[in-house]
Amino acid sequence: MKQGFCLSFGVLLVGLQACATLGEGGASRLDLVRQRGELRCGVSGKIPGFSFLDREGRYAGLDVDMCKAFAAAFVGDANKVEYRPLTAPERFTALRTGEIDLLSRNTTFNLSRDASGGNGVAFAPVVFHDGQGLLVRRDSGIKRLEDLRNQTICVGSGTTTEQNLNDVFQAKGIPYKPVKYQDLNQLVAGYLQKRCAAMTSDRSQLASARSGFEQPGNHQILPEVLSKEPLAPLSSGGDQRLADAMRWVVYALVTAEEMGITQNNVDAKLQEAINDPSKTALRRFLGVEGELGSKLGLPNDFVVSVLKATGNYGEIYNRHLGPQSAVPIPRGLNQLHRDGGVLIAPPFQ
Amino acid sequence: MTRRQRWWIQVLLLAAVLTLAGILINNLTVNLIRTGLGLSFRWLSRPAGFAISEHLLPFQPSDSMAWALLMGWLNSLRVIACSIALATVLGVVAGAASRSNNPLFSALAGLYVGLIRQIPLLLQLLFWYFVAFLGLPSEPLAPLGALIRISNQSINVMGLNLSVEFAAVLVGLSVFTGASIAEVVRGGLDAVPRGQWEAFRSLGIGEGLGLKSVVLPQALPAILPALSSQYLNLAKNSTLSIAVGYADLYAVSDTAITQTGRAIEGFLLLLLSFLLLNLLINGSMQILNHAVLNKGQRT
Repeated sequence: MKQGFCLSFGVLLVGLQACATLGEGGASRLDLVRQRGELRCGVSGKIPGFSFLDREGRYAGLDVDMCKAFAAAFVGDANKVEYRPLTAPERFTALRTGEIDLLSRNTTFNLSRDASGGNGVAFAPVVFHDGQGLLVRRDSGIKRLEDLRNQTICVGSGTTTEQNLNDVFQAKGIPYKPVKYQDLNQLVAGYLQKRCAAMTSDRSQLASARSGFEQPGNHQILPEVLSKEPLAPLSSGGDQRLADAMRWVVYALVTAEEMGITQNNVDAKLQEAINDPSKTALRRFLGVEGELGSKLGLPNDFVVSVLKATGNYGEIYNRHLGPQSAVPIPRGLNQLHRDGGVLIAPPFQ
Repeated sequence: MTRRQRWWIQVLLLAAVLTLAGILINNLTVNLIRTGLGLSFRWLSRPAGFAISEHLLPFQPSDSMAWALLMGWLNSLRVIACSIALATVLGVVAGAASRSNNPLFSALAGLYVGLIRQIPLLLQLLFWYFVAFLGLPSEPLAPLGALIRISNQSINVMGLNLSVEFAAVLVGLSVFTGASIAEVVRGGLDAVPRGQWEAFRSLGIGEGLGLKSVVLPQALPAILPALSSQYLNLAKNSTLSIAVGYADLYAVSDTAITQTGRAIEGFLLLLLSFLLLNLLINGSMQILNHAVLNKGQRT
């Protein structure tokens, strides 16, 4: 009995010691991932278009493609990902306890989560600018907010949805009538029963809800966005190497779209960079010259692996949320800056 | 059990209740201090910042939170008062019908009470709202010309415009409580000796008149106390309105609490408002009760 106690105490001590060395030695989670040869990625698994099981029972979506891009950059293989479906309350705990390496689970980037006095996590750049939107029937003739003058709008309660709606409509001087429901299912039922001309919620939620309608094509999300909900992948705070690597993988996806490099033409572009020494920007980006990758602790050609796995940001977006997908969401803010959106990447120099 | 033992049990019970209350209050104060929130009601004068779909008095989102809560309270009051009236009519008719000589009436009344009392109120409200009222066509139906116009946007009865949410809560609460009131009325009628019925029938007085002037006056003292508790239940059940989108006091408080983060104060106000409302109902029923009893003694 006593022996058993001593033994377990010893094991506990060794375990604690292991934790301590990992923390103090400054070893990055990035080395652990590369050593393991597999990335553990936390996702939701319940949001069509972001992370959802497809027909073959595999996870697919924008959040899932981010996991693939990170895996391609970190271990050179986009299929070496172990997905962990997590609920909203579980996600930060899973990250803190080290159960997952990083989280790609439509999480809103805000101060309280970022700050060391709050959740103390490290956010990568925003991969989807969500925001509150309005869903209307296509045959209603409603095309803009102004068309909702004196109409009834179904609202969900709980979050700041009602306030955002009111702020925008009041600022524009558009009177409206809210019908408030307590949960999303009732909201959808009220809207489908034609109680309201429009229903409002986060645009990603509207698009997901619509994908479950009998005839999703008969409904349309208005282009106007009523609030800011920037969603970003994140890692545990205090691990700068992992955070940097994640940040530049996201920027690589955006830069590739800026430079017109796609999943299909990446090999040709690479050949072009090798053959033409005057294209220095392209050569640096694809790792033909310079040591950009190794500065991050990644192979110099990590961008090539990423693009071969997932394509650039625009391709990822169109695959899961584009007009031909099951969950179409107008690209809006998520366009490149030069196209009128807010996506912009710092230079690869 | 000796007297001393009983006394000790009382003391222990009291101590347990006081300890529990102490723990709860201490918990509240500690948490309030920890989060840096004192109890404060200053948010009541802040602009509400949200719209309310129906309001009896003029209301703008720029009006104060207190005014918004008052609109919610008035909405609650309106639906409760209307439901009490409708439920009473339904209940008295069904209760009287269940003791009627007409087998069709009594069977229908039995079916109504049996069916309605078996189904949870929330389900009934959802049924009335999503199936019955929202199932109506969007273009108004006008079965009686301009007198009644109904659509799934609004119900218009002789120029009086009701929202479908109000109508669903009104019908749901009335039908549900009406079934309980029918049982109360039936119980009251059964408390009147059988001979009284036979007496008025043998005098050649009709069923309706006999019920009104012979049986009901004797049944009322048995009916009224149970009736007032049904009214109180109805008032409390009205908070389920939030499920069908009616802007009652609870729905408005819910929004106010989410926007200000003042959950404790919000719930305190909510509790006080319902206490006030139920004291009102209880008070009026007491007055009615005394009036009936006194009248009974005089005749």
